[in-house]
Amino acid sequence: MYRYDEFDERLVRERVAQFASQVARRIDGSLTDAEFLPLRLKNGLYLQLHSYMLRIAIPYGTLHARQLRQLARIADEYDRGYGHFTTRTNLQFNWSKLKDVPTVLGLLADVEMHCIQTSGNCIRNVTADQFAGVAYDEIEDPRPIAELIRQWSTLHPEFEWLGRKFKIAVSGATHDRAVVKSHDLGVRIVRDAKSGAAGYEILVGGGLGRTPLAAQVLREFLPREDLLAYLEATLRVYNLDGRRDNKYKARIKILVHEIGIEAFRALVEEEFARIDKARVNADPQEQARIAAYFAPPAYQDLPEVSRKLEEAQIRDPELARFVEHNLFRHKRRGYTAVTISLKPIGGTPGDMSSEQMRVVADLAEKYSFDELRVTHAQNLVLPYVRLDDVAEVYAALKAHDLATANVGQITDIIACPGLDYCSLATARSIPIAQALSKHFADPEKQKEIGEVSIKISGCINACGHHHVGNIGILGLEKKGVESYQITIGGDPSETYALGELLGPGLPAEYVPEAIDKVIAVYLAERQQGETFIEAYRRLGLDPFKAAFKEIADVVA
Amino acid sequence: MLLLDREGAKADVWTRVETLDLTADNVIVALAQLRDALAARRPGQHIGAAIDNTERAAALEPFFRELALIVIAFPTGYNGRGLSIARQLRERGFVGALRASGPLVSDQFPHALACGFDEIELPDDSAKRQPVEQWLDAAQRISVTYQRGYSYGAVTNILEQRRAARLAGVGNNV
Amino acid sequence: MAAVKRPPFPVILVANDLLEGEVVFASEDGWSRDPRHAKVALDEAAAQALETFAAREFLHAKVVGAALVDVELRDGAPVPRHIREAIRASGPSTRPDLGKQADFQI
Repeated sequence: MYRYDEFDERLVRERVAQFASQVARRIDGSLTDAEFLPLRLKNGLYLQLHSYMLRIAIPYGTLHARQLRQLARIADEYDRGYGHFTTRTNLQFNWSKLKDVPTVLGLLADVEMHCIQTSGNCIRNVTADQFAGVAYDEIEDPRPIAELIRQWSTLHPEFEWLGRKFKIAVSGATHDRAVVKSHDLGVRIVRDAKSGAAGYEILVGGGLGRTPLAAQVLREFLPREDLLAYLEATLRVYNLDGRRDNKYKARIKILVHEIGIEAFRALVEEEFARIDKARVNADPQEQARIAAYFAPPAYQDLPEVSRKLEEAQIRDPELARFVEHNLFRHKRRGYTAVTISLKPIGGTPGDMSSEQMRVVADLAEKYSFDELRVTHAQNLVLPYVRLDDVAEVYAALKAHDLATANVGQITDIIACPGLDYCSLATARSIPIAQALSKHFADPEKQKEIGEVSIKISGCINACGHHHVGNIGILGLEKKGVESYQITIGGDPSETYALGELLGPGLPAEYVPEAIDKVIAVYLAERQQGETFIEAYRRLGLDPFKAAFKEIADVVA
Repeated sequence: MLLLDREGAKADVWTRVETLDLTADNVIVALAQLRDALAARRPGQHIGAAIDNTERAAALEPFFRELALIVIAFPTGYNGRGLSIARQLRERGFVGALRASGPLVSDQFPHALACGFDEIELPDDSAKRQPVEQWLDAAQRISVTYQRGYSYGAVTNILEQRRAARLAGVGNNV
Repeated sequence: MAAVKRPPFPVILVANDLLEGEVVFASEDGWSRDPRHAKVALDEAAAQALETFAAREFLHAKVVGAALVDVELRDGAPVPRHIREAIRASGPSTRPDLGKQADFQI
């Protein structure tokens, strides 16, 4: 994975000193609170319900062992011994003190990490497919251009003060695991039909929140060398023409929606034509320099099948279940990518203790070429595990409550921190996730239900991606009481869809029963081999709505 | 009002007029009056234009050679639209002075300079809290930049540095 | 500072310490981390006094986000009526080992 050179290092160190200066100037009155707020947000520091919250960037979800170990140290010395992985593959500490933040930033810089642009109206942490570089269905590893975009977007002088936040995702595979269509800008690595050369499909104008919209194709094929110039043109059009009169209409999706994709494209292409591309683009040698960091690790030549793992599975049905759910097909023979579920039954989705961080860092070092990934579903991945080693990895995970075999299952729930932590939230998310997790805990029941995603947000901003959950839950406040709206049919993948509302909001205690009804319809109506989302597409909303109504009527 | 550039505070030799009063030597007029002002210009007199950030570079392009100054308003410090306007003006060939006018904070000074501004005009409330030294500090606090074509002063471009190192055959860390 | 919302009485004044971030309550004796020590304002004049205190403390960069919060009195101690403020005054409902609820055995 990428390592800082002297320039990357210098920039991050200087940024730490800059933040320390901003804090000092807030305290001495040079900066008003209103002036300081966006400055601290640009450095990932929020003021939440109980404390400051520090959001640390994990660019395109890639971490190495010593970084995770450093996060564990910060959790112990400067926080409350745990961290929370988010749907943007960042890590949040919930109990930060402003006076400690410059020190913490220094500790992060020691391991080539930072909090730059993890909030604020600027280009945010770029995300990617968690299986980048190892997925069987990959056209090309997206991490080199994700890193190129990270560098280009870091402290970009022209785009530091956009009308609103701007999120970029990159995917290099045929299947979309990066929720590209819900991003302000998506980059898909594609091959040109004629020449066979790899280039980029650019999508624009996606987003969740109060106005969920799917990104549309801006450019079908962009030559590799023009990526930065094209991004610059797109961001410039947004910075100039995006609305600034209303915070809720300031995202690029609203601009694209209001003027139409054709008009938007014309503006971008006009600007792109004017840009001196040689002056803006990274030269091919720079792209090659970055790409070299992502060369495949020193794989061994291994057989397709691991007898060792097969025998271990026969002895241990729990291991067999883990293998069935938490392993992902690797492009390299004899290897697998192991997903570590941060969704223990009844736990807080995405939370990880410092002790668990150290355990996983050790495992990454020993079994996965020192590397880890964070997924937008709030899990971790060991990307390069030999099939022969899976049983040992599993045993170590199990000893620390990290071997829950539920990836992609109904208890692998995405949830934002909600009203237990977040000052924007209108309702709690975590207790809903916990109740559902316990409700569907039985592994046999989970297996019967199969692949289905539940995504929970504690407010309309949709950090929990509820719109694209097969089952989405949105917590709102109704006359001072928490109320939960349920949608179904959302899909974050290449068959992207936004969920549809089942009916009126329910009090928290009715949510598990309502989800039960929805699942019961699926189990009763499904055809051979049909997943929940496939059955929904065939059946439509009505049968689910009818079942939901039984609960809604009881509540009413 | 405080006017400052990379050297520090400076005297404002310009006069901003509401009506087409061209008695001063250096006069800033609104965009709507620009054509008339240029037509009525005395020999040796300099004309500047003040624009809101809802205007576009294209509106000023016909006047680039005759304009000595363009002032872009920042209605709030954190509305960064003026940065893109400045960048476009420079890319399209404007070589006169560029001034950002509004309640910016000192941390934005490097962004303004990188996008082509020469000077900042600050309202008194901002200026009294953020003395000139803070602006000069801010301008050099981050000494490197990733974005090609945005370097200014002593700020060095990382990609150019890497390229130079490659050409010299050193600095290959891979 | 922004105009303080004026909820129904009784009210307490809640803020975050600027440097620590921790939730603090205006008490008889400056700020307290313990919600049970919050000074309860029962009328307009008392609320006004809290607001004046808040404005001064904000100006002196001691606290941020100060706001009056309506409470009910349980065993003489103020408890916020609204769930958001109740969670703020006790801690995450999912982590009884953290926050005020743990610090002060509330």
